[in-house]
Amino acid sequence: MAQLRLDSSKIDHCRQLAREISKPVEELIDTHTTIAIERATLRLIGVNGAVNRGGQAFPEVNAIIEDLQSEGTLSKGVLYWFVNGMIQKKMTAAELGTAVALRKINLLKLPRSPDEQVKKEARRLCDEAKKFLIRQREHRDSLRAELKDRFDPEGKNGPLLYVIVATGNIYDDVIQAKAAAQAGADAIAVIRSTAQSLLDYVPHGATTVGFGGTYATQENFRIMREALDAEGKRLGRYIRLTNYCSGLCMTEIAALGAMERLDFLLNDAMYGILFRDINMKRTLIDQHFSRLIIALSRIVIHTGEDNYLTTADAIENGHQVLASQFINERFASNAHLTDDLMGLGHAQEMNPEHPNVFLLEIARAQMTREIFPRAPIKFMPPTRYKCGDIFYSHLMDAMFNLVGVVTGQTIQLLGMATEAMHTPLLQDRWMSIKNAVYIFNGAKDLGRDIEYKKDGIICSWADKVLDDTVRLLESIRTQGLFRAIEKKAFAEVSRTETGGKGADGVMRRDSDYLNPFFEIL
Amino acid sequence: MAGETRVNLKKLKPYGDIMDDGTIQVCFTLPVEPSPEAREAAIMIAQKMGLDQIKLATMEKAADGFALFVIYGNVRHTIDFTQIKVVKIEAKKRSREEIDQIIAEKIGRKLVVVGACTGYDAHTVGIDAIFNMKGFAGDYGLERYQWLDAHNLGAQVLNGDLLEKAIALKADAVLVSKVVTQHNIHVKDLKDLTHKADQMGLREKMIWVAGGPRVTHPLALECGFEAGFGVGTKPSDVASYIVEEFLKRQGQGDLKATAAARPKGGKVPVKISPKKSKKTAKLPSRKKAR
Repeated sequence: MAQLRLDSSKIDHCRQLAREISKPVEELIDTHTTIAIERATLRLIGVNGAVNRGGQAFPEVNAIIEDLQSEGTLSKGVLYWFVNGMIQKKMTAAELGTAVALRKINLLKLPRSPDEQVKKEARRLCDEAKKFLIRQREHRDSLRAELKDRFDPEGKNGPLLYVIVATGNIYDDVIQAKAAAQAGADAIAVIRSTAQSLLDYVPHGATTVGFGGTYATQENFRIMREALDAEGKRLGRYIRLTNYCSGLCMTEIAALGAMERLDFLLNDAMYGILFRDINMKRTLIDQHFSRLIIALSRIVIHTGEDNYLTTADAIENGHQVLASQFINERFASNAHLTDDLMGLGHAQEMNPEHPNVFLLEIARAQMTREIFPRAPIKFMPPTRYKCGDIFYSHLMDAMFNLVGVVTGQTIQLLGMATEAMHTPLLQDRWMSIKNAVYIFNGAKDLGRDIEYKKDGIICSWADKVLDDTVRLLESIRTQGLFRAIEKKAFAEVSRTETGGKGADGVMRRDSDYLNPFFEIL
Repeated sequence: MAGETRVNLKKLKPYGDIMDDGTIQVCFTLPVEPSPEAREAAIMIAQKMGLDQIKLATMEKAADGFALFVIYGNVRHTIDFTQIKVVKIEAKKRSREEIDQIIAEKIGRKLVVVGACTGYDAHTVGIDAIFNMKGFAGDYGLERYQWLDAHNLGAQVLNGDLLEKAIALKADAVLVSKVVTQHNIHVKDLKDLTHKADQMGLREKMIWVAGGPRVTHPLALECGFEAGFGVGTKPSDVASYIVEEFLKRQGQGDLKATAAARPKGGKVPVKISPKKSKKTAKLPSRKKAR
């Protein structure tokens, strides 16, 4: 592969800075829990039903956690109360979950078993949950082995063809996803209904109405996974499934995604803060727990740096993306994710009319590949400068595909000619996949057959972005991450430490806080 | 020149390479396997669309049970171009400098503009392109205007909250961006906003502007707004409209005289610093102003 000859001491310095930046946050993570972590904990041990509230299916975990929180008792951890209830009532987690959610049993009014017994039983339940997740992982791995699977984290087999479906109806999504797989797609994302990330609960059951996408629910995950398994077997290729593990329920989506054998989850340490105005502490605490689950299930995360370039200029702000990738990498490592699970994100969003724009895009994509050599880099297509001219748009996607294959990107979200018009039609996706198949094949080894000119435009641009990144990370380290975000370090967005949604769901853990998942994940 | 063909605006037709050939291209999918019958069905659809001399360029298998077609044909129909009337925004396009100057001279206080992407729509791309200092495609955003007091409330702002904020800030204009259009959610949200504004007696007091990739001026009018801006709109397009509409309502409609009287390109010394927003002019009712 052609090399940019980046200064490796600067790269090492960036990693060291990211380590220092994450330190104060780690202390916060270790001493706090959130309502979402407690809900995910209950889901993992088997509470996944819903009760009827105002004619709607309301998750049992929300009902249970809300009651405990309003009594101010959640800082001991839900398992402290719930496992005691299971012992006292001799009920399974699912049975007790329903009874408590219906308020037939009040966890706080039950006699108390000895703490040691509760702890031991909690540990046993968590171990069982962990075993189940490992079985699901192994099931997924055996399917991959049985079918053809050309995924290579380092991108050596060429970029993975990744497309989205977004009809709002999970059953229509299945039709679109199968069609995409037949046309050549390797991975399918079911886009979520707009603003699901701001719901502080995960909707229940199969859904057929969504806005701008389809709700992420456990049942929808299951329906799509089953359809893709069947289609994969028919085609003799393993088809990956993606969903969105961000927002107020990122911990629960991680749990449900792990149970339902998802392959990719969009999961970013800071996305919720910047783009959904979710409270900083809530997001940073939640992302850690979600990543503990993800690491166990060996799901590949996709980080969200591509979004920075849709709000901030892509030519001027490449260093923000790189700085954020270093920080995301650090937080991911802290949650035991290995390099081959870190789908660090970026995008081709520079102004298409800028002179030599492809040289700059190549520089950015190539340096991302070189700086994170073992990571399955996720490369996102042009959206910002797209308009109704579908012919020009198709051409932009072709150039994006060329940059992707030359620079060895791993997961290529294919652009759609009708971006900025509607959620993709069947023919839009077909056309886009054909575009990618053509270019990925035709330029398969181009990256291995060229060299970048020393001090040329591409190498110089990469050097400049790396220098800017060092400076940005240094300034973030000096200010602290919270203050830096307030001062618009990323995406020209400012957020405050106490602002944002979901802050009231953060609690300091009591000294007798009980949650064995933190020990075994 | 002999043989020169000229467009007949009374009988306008699509143009390919010969005047009035009527050539158009269409691409669509039929939910059946590619087959001779599928090909025939596609041609029949094209015929029913009013096409002659149909050339089926390709039939592809887009997926199991789906055939994709690209078809060329010549449209039978013609349009009388001279009879077309379109409802459009009638504001002269002005530069940021011109707009600031007009506000300084004719209004004498900052105009307050409040914008948001409403409902559950989380896409800030549009509203940011109009508001953010940096702007869009080289055209600076409203925040950069010296004589605009621009407030971008961001995404997922509920209609009720937007209206409350508009009252609190004494907005002269309210800008709403809608990106998500599934199940016509954008239309519902826009109508709900103007309905609420009506109930609160705000409609006449503020200028209501909608925008978004699928928003058109007629759609905005239908939803009770005064103007709608679509794809490619620049901040100065919106600012031009707001200023002109504001002055029209104040009864100072004709801006041409002022603009013409000024030396071209020359900077007019405007030294008055903008006063803190204070409603000076009582706005005439909307109906009267029109």
